Amino acid sequence: MVSIDVQGASVDFPIFDAKNRSLKKSVLGRAGGRITDAKVPVVEALRDIDLHLQQGDRVGLVGHNGAGKSTLLRLLAGIYEPTRGRARIRGRVAPVFDLAVGMDPEISGLENILIRGLFLGMSRKEMERRVDEIAEFTELGDYLRMPLRTYSTGMRVRLALGVVTSIDPEILILDEGIGAVDAAFLEKARDRLRDLVDRSGMLVFASHSDEFLVELCDTAIWMDTGEIKEQGPLREVVSHYKGRDLFETLSPETLKRIGRERAPVVDDEPARS
Amino acid sequence: MAVPALARPGADDPSGADEAGPDLHGASPRSWRRAFHDIRQAIAQRELWGHLGWQDIKQRYRRSTIGPLWITISMAVTAAALGGLYSQLFGQPIGTFMPYVTVGFMIWYFISACVLEGTETFIANEGLIRFLPAPLMIYVFRTVWRQVLFFAHNVVVYVIVLAIFFGQLDEPYRMINRMADGTQGVLHPGLSWTALLAIPAFVVIVANGLWVTLLFGIIATRFRDIPPVVSSFMQLFFTMTPIIWTPDLLRGGEPGSARAIVEQLAKLNPFYHFIEIFRAPLVGQVQSWTHWAVVGVITVVGWALALIALRNYRSRVAYWV
Repeated sequence: MVSIDVQGASVDFPIFDAKNRSLKKSVLGRAGGRITDAKVPVVEALRDIDLHLQQGDRVGLVGHNGAGKSTLLRLLAGIYEPTRGRARIRGRVAPVFDLAVGMDPEISGLENILIRGLFLGMSRKEMERRVDEIAEFTELGDYLRMPLRTYSTGMRVRLALGVVTSIDPEILILDEGIGAVDAAFLEKARDRLRDLVDRSGMLVFASHSDEFLVELCDTAIWMDTGEIKEQGPLREVVSHYKGRDLFETLSPETLKRIGRERAPVVDDEPARS
Repeated sequence: MAVPALARPGADDPSGADEAGPDLHGASPRSWRRAFHDIRQAIAQRELWGHLGWQDIKQRYRRSTIGPLWITISMAVTAAALGGLYSQLFGQPIGTFMPYVTVGFMIWYFISACVLEGTETFIANEGLIRFLPAPLMIYVFRTVWRQVLFFAHNVVVYVIVLAIFFGQLDEPYRMINRMADGTQGVLHPGLSWTALLAIPAFVVIVANGLWVTLLFGIIATRFRDIPPVVSSFMQLFFTMTPIIWTPDLLRGGEPGSARAIVEQLAKLNPFYHFIEIFRAPLVGQVQSWTHWAVVGVITVVGWALALIALRNYRSRVAYWV
């Protein structure tokens, strides 16, 4: 059973090299977590997060820069264990964060696929079986033999998505970087991601793009200065966050597609306890 | 169900189900259970760090024609040059001094690389640590495994040197003929089957490389002044350790003399004992069991400290990098 349970979790970063203590006064604006007045300044990146996600949830994460979206994703991926409170993650996690990281620019795409897979808990044999499938999905062909430094951002996104979606993860965690792919590939990726979520898992996705959110998510969390400001149906939350209706700016094709494929987002029930 | 090892800590053992599997999420981040779980997970993912370690070596020699062979060549050049020079400076027969220096260098390179790169292990893997959930020990194994591979390249030099100087090593010999007090130098028995003792010695040295990497890695991630401090100390230790000079040279001082004091101080150097357990069997020298005893104590104490550090600060490393 795939689930994520977060109770009263906080993530505090000690900033050891912040000598300029007056910094704390100037940074209490909208961007970034709260900075405390301790001997070692601490950035409260997340404060008292309570969250329960279960199988089939497709959650979009919205908020200003520095609101804690990426930190929350890393908490959910198990990279940060909470400073206070607890986070209980059940299921195989596959995160896609900054696309340059965890990829070696000097080695070929194929080798990067292998290393990514090993990091996500696969064995070498299992990855060798999947390589053809990944190559086909990414449409990179012979390019996979080239060093990764020759790839464009979009090609890296394809590679990263190809790997995480091929290994049947139960919890898929995506950061905003995936916006770099072209529309045609996005369509393909969307079907595959949706497939994946329907089959086994859960998706948590941070994005500033309305299109992406509508395509991939049905509920949303609005992060603000390290706290969950609002959580609920996608359209409602994002509309509050943006101060206008989410569907206003969407292209007619997108609206048609989501209208055709599933019930209007606005009717969705919030999936939480 | 053949499910591979899962990433930390979303890693409820799928085969063990909810009740039977270790419920790590209830455990505090600072618990022995989580610390040992980290180690077990990392061992299960040996394909990963094994691959990364190889990658590191190939990376360093990418696009060079003879690649990792350079490791062997540079070791051979160092051994030949220093062995030749110092044997003349100290008036020692080159036939026994050259193998002595070669083996000393081989193992010193390994040890000092474990210490130096160990302090950098988490800092160097910052990107991976912050973006992929994986056991912390993966990076420790990766760093030490890389050193083992380097070491394997250097073994070739030993084999060549041994082939050249075997005649001088397989019979009793003295490194120096006259010590400071005029008596004869230590008589070494020459090569024999005791050379095989180098294998357990290397295993023990690797075990120490692991705790050093883990412990120093955690401390250095938190206190960034540590790596430069450690690297300047290693310079000092290199001079203090009998690698290009032999312990006989210090022997024979009168009690209370400067020579006798320095000889005693040299024994306080832990690296001396590590070098000795590995080198003595390979060049057929007499070996005192006190070296093994000292190394044994250091291994146990070191691992105890490193495990405590792993338990208490494992979950903090991601915050510190």
